[in-house]
Amino acid sequence: MTTTIDPPERRETAADKLRQGRHAISERWHHAPRWVRWVLLVAVIAFFYALPNKEFYQYLGPIPTPGANFTQVMFTVSIYVLLAVGLNIVVGFAGLLDLGYFGFFAVGAYTVAVLTSPSSDLKTLWPWLAVVAIAIGLTMVSGVMLGTPTLRLRGDYLALVTLGFAEMIRIAAVSSEFLKGQRGFNQIPHPPGQYADGRPWFGVLDARPYYWLVLTLIILVVIGVRNLTHSRVGRAWISIREDEDAAQLMGVPTFKFKLWAFASGAAIAGLAGALFAGKQNFVNSQNFELLNSIIILAAVIFGGSGNIVGAIVGGGLVAYMIERFRGIELFGIELYEYRFLFFGLVLVVMMIFRPQGLIPNRRRAAEFKDRRKEVIVGE
Amino acid sequence: MLLEIEDVSLLYGRIQALHGISLTVDEGEIVALIGANGAGKSTTMRAISGIRPVASGTIKFAGEDITKLRADLRVRRGLCQAPEGRGIFPGMTVLENLDMGAYTRRDKAGIAQDLARVLDLFPRLAERRKQAGGTLSGGEQQMLAVGRALMSRPKLLLLDEPSMGLAPMLIQQIFTIITEINQQGTTILLVEQNAQQALARAHRAYVLETGRIVKSGTGADLLHDPSVKEAYLGVA
Repeated sequence: MTTTIDPPERRETAADKLRQGRHAISERWHHAPRWVRWVLLVAVIAFFYALPNKEFYQYLGPIPTPGANFTQVMFTVSIYVLLAVGLNIVVGFAGLLDLGYFGFFAVGAYTVAVLTSPSSDLKTLWPWLAVVAIAIGLTMVSGVMLGTPTLRLRGDYLALVTLGFAEMIRIAAVSSEFLKGQRGFNQIPHPPGQYADGRPWFGVLDARPYYWLVLTLIILVVIGVRNLTHSRVGRAWISIREDEDAAQLMGVPTFKFKLWAFASGAAIAGLAGALFAGKQNFVNSQNFELLNSIIILAAVIFGGSGNIVGAIVGGGLVAYMIERFRGIELFGIELYEYRFLFFGLVLVVMMIFRPQGLIPNRRRAAEFKDRRKEVIVGE
Repeated sequence: MLLEIEDVSLLYGRIQALHGISLTVDEGEIVALIGANGAGKSTTMRAISGIRPVASGTIKFAGEDITKLRADLRVRRGLCQAPEGRGIFPGMTVLENLDMGAYTRRDKAGIAQDLARVLDLFPRLAERRKQAGGTLSGGEQQMLAVGRALMSRPKLLLLDEPSMGLAPMLIQQIFTIITEINQQGTTILLVEQNAQQALARAHRAYVLETGRIVKSGTGADLLHDPSVKEAYLGVA
């Protein structure tokens, strides 16, 4: 006994229109001649290089942040973007859930602080530039140390261990005499370089040179990551994410590649930490709350995990929106106080309407569909 | 002997899934492993391909002891498994899936040749080459899994339930292809619930019951063995 009910004429909703619009844009982008894409890409990059200049951003209407120095905000945003690009390798490409990514950022920042600051017990006082490589190296080593025992296992162990790792680093920072707790490390040196008149490029007051440095590094890292993902390494990562058993059956040394993804992600976080330490001039235990790890993970998922552009947009938007709330009052309530409420709301809405993220990866979208099918079959 | 398994036991936690299994596969053969659900057929496959570690016993491939060898290195030795069911990469296109099969190889000319051969064996895959693996039908996914394993140009191809969930016509087709692959020179170890087809196609076969091999012989012998007939062929 079956009765069929004709589905009512489905009216076109706003979401449909939006979807079509986005589809049209991506169609156009993919069919545009190569030179048009290059011109657009250069224009976008130029825009972001120009963005922290007051002469430029004052004409941008609501974009500059009212409650905070926009140039400083842009620096924070750029650091988050760099972190999102790094975490995207781990979560997006290799499919490893890392809940303590900010721990590596802390390792990078503290390495720089301990080796350069006059308040450090070591009193090495090395220049910033010399220490960056050490910071990256050390974060990579800590990534390998953390990954070697856990990446052999499947499932949720990695998430738990990374979560614990980030907390361990934070607690060590709070309570260890060597890491100076709340007092922290001051007078961390800036990167080298000076203008013709002898003023240094990098300082505390003007965040622009730092922003430009981070932006340049983001571009370099993205080029590197893009090349990786189009190589055998990238294929191995994607195969592991999609089906680890099958990847192994095809001859992919899964453990080795998982460790690689994990360690390269960690290295990028270490770099970001080193930049952050230099820019702030000061590092203490309050900079590394667990919440930061969660925000970056959410940013990657929000943007579209597995897609580099998605990670950039996600990291940028999330960091920017949080700062954008600063200084806005509605009915006498400071919106900034409720920033994580909005953040949570946005995430919930996203999970309902667009679980694959703002700018998803083509493969990721197909995997999502596939998993849904599996869930329905399993019911 | 291409593959020699001696007295292999395997544990899932505290449950013993295999109790001292011994079997051999000679070069050029199709060997079938039949048995009911949960008899340990797929587990045997996992032990051979290295996805699960064995508790005791030895596995030798082409004379080399590979008992403790990592799974991905076994593929390099020429041992490749087509996993059962959904073992394909759902987000990758058909071509990308096949390309993953050749992951351990670097000879471009040979890969191109094998790709042509696989697309020739499975015209359906050729039609859908740009389609994501996850959007294929069950039968097509099965073919993709077999084709992908072939792309590694294995000496020994392990097929785990290639007919599972397929329509009768497709089953016929996939077994024809299996015979064809074998005639082109690939040795095959086949795990099947469809005993009728498997025994008809195999040179030799083993019957597995609750983690033990209870019978072995040529495919034709077992096909006419009364107890096998009763238990697996559905005729009294």
